[in-house]
Amino acid sequence: MFEMLAKMFSYHFMVRAAVVGLLVSLCAALLGVSLVLKRYSMIGDGLSHVGFGALAVASALGLAPMVVSIPVVMLSAVLLLRLSSRARLKGDAVIAMISAGALAVGVIVLSLSNGTTGDVNNYLFGSVLAMTGEDVWLSAGLAVVVLILFGIYYRKIFAVTFDETFARATGEKAEAYHLLLACLTALTIVLGMRVMGAMLISSLIIFPALTAMRVCRSFRSVTICAALVSVCCFMLGLCASYLLDTPTGASVVVANAAAFLLFWFAGRLRERG
Amino acid sequence: MALITCDQATFAYEGMPVVENLNLQIEKGQYLCIVGENGSGKSTLVKGLLGLLKPVSGKVTFGDGLRQNEIGYLPQRVELQSDFPASVWEVASSGCHGLWMTAARRQKTEEQLKLMGMDHLVKRSFARLSGGQQQRVLLARALCATTSLLLLDEPVAGLDPLVTREMYDVIRMLHETRGLTVVMISHDVQAALQEADQILHLSHGGSFLGTPEEYRHSELGASFAGGCCHV
Repeated sequence: MFEMLAKMFSYHFMVRAAVVGLLVSLCAALLGVSLVLKRYSMIGDGLSHVGFGALAVASALGLAPMVVSIPVVMLSAVLLLRLSSRARLKGDAVIAMISAGALAVGVIVLSLSNGTTGDVNNYLFGSVLAMTGEDVWLSAGLAVVVLILFGIYYRKIFAVTFDETFARATGEKAEAYHLLLACLTALTIVLGMRVMGAMLISSLIIFPALTAMRVCRSFRSVTICAALVSVCCFMLGLCASYLLDTPTGASVVVANAAAFLLFWFAGRLRERG
Repeated sequence: MALITCDQATFAYEGMPVVENLNLQIEKGQYLCIVGENGSGKSTLVKGLLGLLKPVSGKVTFGDGLRQNEIGYLPQRVELQSDFPASVWEVASSGCHGLWMTAARRQKTEEQLKLMGMDHLVKRSFARLSGGQQQRVLLARALCATTSLLLLDEPVAGLDPLVTREMYDVIRMLHETRGLTVVMISHDVQAALQEADQILHLSHGGSFLGTPEEYRHSELGASFAGGCCHV
């Protein structure tokens, strides 16, 4: 077992995928707690599809993928946030529309530009081979930014998540915090998308928070628990994908689903006991 | 100078003026109850006082050391998702201003929770408390945010009669022993007449502002409070 793992990490691409994946999992879990509680989880899903479209266009035009997709996805984050806060426009339907549209454009651009289905597959479901050394530094930088901002504004993020009206009444700029959350989410998604895949990355945001909420009852414990669960599930999924030769993104999602079931069961047991 | 002064203030909801040309002075130490039918603009006025809604005409000014973001606000009760992860401590302390939880803020939160009789439940899940206990925790949060003025939006809505009475007693205690100014929105006119020393009745046909005694004898009061208020 240990020999297998030692061999696994002798591959540079595996180390890169592990570092990026762990950092992205950590950020996604922290942001996910607020996003899930604010019922913004759909935004994560929409953003990943927009990210897919942007990546496809960038690769077709021969541009640096990150340089194109980061601003596009960040802009979409702001847009989706606006849409979902306006109940009259049926925000969820608009998000679904935008994400399906972006996905379709991405698939067409990819198939026109080189015509192999392998690429589409890699973009949609992720690949451990995708990360460059530059990506590792970028994710490390992002993780530091997310952790610092989350730490500084933790109390305010809780206040706005728990009771927006009260937070506004005490002078908090709720929109600014929403915007901050959306932009950090956009960054996290773009960075994680290539390991996890556009279709699967939003699970990193949703699963850990929901899993932690099965057993934890305070915001702080949910946040800490979600971060731990997320990081462990990513490692588990990555190792499993190496050992069993399964797709990485999907393996991580399955690990998260298993953790959810486990926590759900533990929560039920505790309720009864 | 009054804590809050509304000078010919008009507040609109979705473009329609709801509260028009309101003149109101909330003085230190007052206990003001705002009553009125549904749709008469009570909630709109609350938003206006909190600064969440700008008056379309007229002015709202703050004085006597009160800043707009230092109102202790108790929002109308909304059903919280039953698994919302938040402890009593986290909810109450979120009333404190500032980014960090300093020792002073921690002490303040402790004091307010103790005052509300909730200090033994700090680690409990907020979502699983009873309605009355939740209101007490939210009052503690409001107290963390203010030193002078409480703005309570339907504080007893959905509570059973016994807990309702307790809630009124707690508010009275805060008003009398802590010297807090209280502004309460209420459906319950009888309780308002009993508890408050000023009544503001919002109505589209024109508002009434005066003491409970004056209100009883006013046309608006007589019709709204019914003929049952000879105490």
